[in-house]
Amino acid sequence: MNRLSIPNCIEPPLRAGEEALAVLHTDLDERLCFARGRVVVTSARLLAYSPGDQGWRSWALSKDLKLQRRDHAGVASLELQNSQGRLARWRHTLAQQDEAARLVGVFERQSAPRPTGSVDEEIPDGAALEDSLGADEEEQAPPSTWALLRLGRFARPYRTELALGLLLTLATTAATMVPPYLTMPLMDDVLIPYQNGRPIDSGQVQGYLGGLLVAALIAWILGWARTWLLARVSERIGADLRTAAFAHLQSLSLEYFGSKRTGDLIARIGNESDRICVFLSLHLLDFTNDVLMILMTAAILVSIDPKSALVTLVPLPFIAWTIHLVRDRLRHGFEKVDRNWGEINNVLTDTIPGIRVVKAFAQENREIARFRAANDRNLAVNDRVNRVWSLFSPTVTLMTELGLLVVWATGIWQVANDRITVGVLAAFLAYIGRFYIRLDSMSRIVSLTQKAAAGAKRIFDILDHVSSVPDPVNPVACGDQTGRLTGRIQIRGIGFRYGHRAVIRGVDLDIAPGQMIGLVGHSGSGKSTLVNLICRFHDVSEGAILVDGVDIRRYALADYRRNIGLVLQEPFLFFGTIAENIAYGCPQATRAEIVKAARAARAHEFILRLPHGYDSVVGERGQALSGGERQRISIARALLIDPRILILDEATSSVDTTTEIEIQQALENLIRGRTTIAVAHRLSTLRRADRLVVLDRGIVVEEGGHDELMRRDGAYRKLYDAQARQAATEAALEAAAAAAAEPTIAALHQAAHLTGAVLAAASESASIPLAATLNAAPPPSREPVAEEER
Amino acid sequence: MNQVFEFSLTRDAFGRLVMTSILGEVFVGVLPVRSFPITAPNEALALVGPHGEELAWIDQLDTQPESVRTLIAEELAAREFMPEIVKILSVSGFGAPSTWDIETNRGATRLTLRGEEYIRRLAGGGLLITDRYGIQFLIPDLKTLDRQSRQFLDRFL
Repeated sequence: MNRLSIPNCIEPPLRAGEEALAVLHTDLDERLCFARGRVVVTSARLLAYSPGDQGWRSWALSKDLKLQRRDHAGVASLELQNSQGRLARWRHTLAQQDEAARLVGVFERQSAPRPTGSVDEEIPDGAALEDSLGADEEEQAPPSTWALLRLGRFARPYRTELALGLLLTLATTAATMVPPYLTMPLMDDVLIPYQNGRPIDSGQVQGYLGGLLVAALIAWILGWARTWLLARVSERIGADLRTAAFAHLQSLSLEYFGSKRTGDLIARIGNESDRICVFLSLHLLDFTNDVLMILMTAAILVSIDPKSALVTLVPLPFIAWTIHLVRDRLRHGFEKVDRNWGEINNVLTDTIPGIRVVKAFAQENREIARFRAANDRNLAVNDRVNRVWSLFSPTVTLMTELGLLVVWATGIWQVANDRITVGVLAAFLAYIGRFYIRLDSMSRIVSLTQKAAAGAKRIFDILDHVSSVPDPVNPVACGDQTGRLTGRIQIRGIGFRYGHRAVIRGVDLDIAPGQMIGLVGHSGSGKSTLVNLICRFHDVSEGAILVDGVDIRRYALADYRRNIGLVLQEPFLFFGTIAENIAYGCPQATRAEIVKAARAARAHEFILRLPHGYDSVVGERGQALSGGERQRISIARALLIDPRILILDEATSSVDTTTEIEIQQALENLIRGRTTIAVAHRLSTLRRADRLVVLDRGIVVEEGGHDELMRRDGAYRKLYDAQARQAATEAALEAAAAAAAEPTIAALHQAAHLTGAVLAAASESASIPLAATLNAAPPPSREPVAEEER
Repeated sequence: MNQVFEFSLTRDAFGRLVMTSILGEVFVGVLPVRSFPITAPNEALALVGPHGEELAWIDQLDTQPESVRTLIAEELAAREFMPEIVKILSVSGFGAPSTWDIETNRGATRLTLRGEEYIRRLAGGGLLITDRYGIQFLIPDLKTLDRQSRQFLDRFL
């Protein structure tokens, strides 16, 4: 964990009997340069060594001393203050964040005696918990670059087929070795004696020709069997790889998907697994074939004539050397090409779902330019690879041609000196031809191998990624025998940061089973993040969330989430029928259960109005349905799994007020008897909440019932008044517009009446009239100006 | 958001910046924030209060009096942390995560890259690398790096 370890020479000067209770290894100095220092808390003192200091400084602990922790943009500072001013400041990076938090905790406990019966001992510390959670991202060794060999893991289930395939390859290669061998006696015993005046022995010729035919036929059958078998296996390996990558992707946390771009992931799982598959089925096969062929040819050549064999092998080291030269370049080049493919896909996945925005702002040309730019980069990278590649391949051919020339020359010289017969030379040349062709094709495979290696690396990048929300090694049983929790949620001093931005800071909350909590606040105040933490889409950075008294990190993820029903602002419907979408969380649900859930969600009637009822297919994003209809389907989906904990994340924000009423009715059924956490912007939607929690910049600023919070005249009151004012203005404007369009006394009267009623509602502090006005007013869910959090 | 164009700035015993507006309002613990820290660092600064509310806006830093400029510069220097990578000494591997030993303008250190997507390309040939703790390392211009560092980087781009 410590990026910088402290040299031993600067041990803190502890007195006898004094013990260091907490240590912070600072890794920055006052000017924010990397340097080592230390802050130590003992039972009586705070000691510090700053980089550049001569020795240790110390302060006796007292109530007057305060230690403050802050951070900004990846740097944290720890300030020691008393009532007069700042005494000292130390800086460190967020890598030391855990140490700093512990140090401040210990410091506070030591300087102020703890009230008896405090409970914070029970809260599992993040660091302590890590041991039980098994895989820690940090311990992961970076993957080796020998990515292709790692495919062995996927080949293991097919080892018998692979072994058989290898045997067949061996046999095929051997069979194709026979014909050139037969040319030798054919030449020396038949053709050359005939030239010298001896008649042809037709029986002998038939024998040799028959041998050639049989060898060809055997090679054909064996080759067929081999190719078919190995293609089958490699196709399966490719499919396994794809599934494994997708399955692993599903287990990764939201954080991963937040940082990756869709196009890139599609490219990795789709194209690259396919490329590996093709490599395995075609090129790897060719490659082993070539290696075998070369080895056998070499053996035969040596057996015929060792000296000439030696000559033919001359180009081999040169070819090996060039392969070595270009291999790395090619692989890096192909990696770049792959990354660029991801980039091109990214442009597509950006533009296609966002096509309405593109068209609305008339930015088609800009998107085309962006695509062209990505494509041009692709071209540039490809050009570079091709430059290397185009030179490489002819060079190998040239070397083999030169080799052939050498063989011809030495062959003729040896024949002239009667060292070998013409038949031997002919056989030699036949073998050599094959030998060099193989060598040539083998060198071609270099590029394909590197392509596949680059692809394998990118797939293993996914497979090697460890989820930041890991499943515990020994999960605690979730709830009762049927896996149902009671739904008590205790949030204990949690903190959470996105990158280096703290989004949630020190939130404490207790929610009794069956209670409904409304989370209120400006956008950016951390409401949705809090909900995400409760769902364990992310893990808290500090503190803990306990459900039924157990840290949620101790439950198996799937068991825990089975108890959670989630209704989002933008309901997502998968491609499929409505029934399938409702039964998404519980595929074994009966039709009766689906209908019951739809009824309770007030979706039944509109579903029946569709031409195919529950069997209607909804498009990619459920385009054919309105926002309210989609939302009710997603409510039915949540109802069907009968969750103990229900989370409504702005469930009614994106629909109009009339639809909102319908959805509200559907939600009433859903909320009944469940622990509910509702995030909402429109306060009117939280009428039924037992308690409202007002968040601001990641901390809880107010908590209580509606009336109580209104009386307190704080943040909630401000939010409420702002919304009431907005509703009043809109209603008044609308009425005025109606009056202007149709200036009858009735309309004017109505306008005056409405404005009056709305203003009255705004000044009053009762929720029902407000709800009424909000429902009467048109919907725009205008957000209060969100201020960037610092 | 009330914009205050005239103000005075001092530092108190706690090391906090104190801003007094022309109306005599006193804000303790104000922070200077650059609006475009990468593309235009010396233009468009805001002074924000402890809760992130904007208190004053500075179009151009050099139009401010010397004392204000020094205080702002000091405060920014104490808060801004974007080490510039001068040299990449070694790289643990070319897959992710990868640990790099680097030399920066703030001393030698080590960064852990979680994946290629944590390298952001900046307009003008620069790179911004975010390590696993959220520290951002800047490479102002790829071309000014030495050959070996460039070769290491090339494998991730």
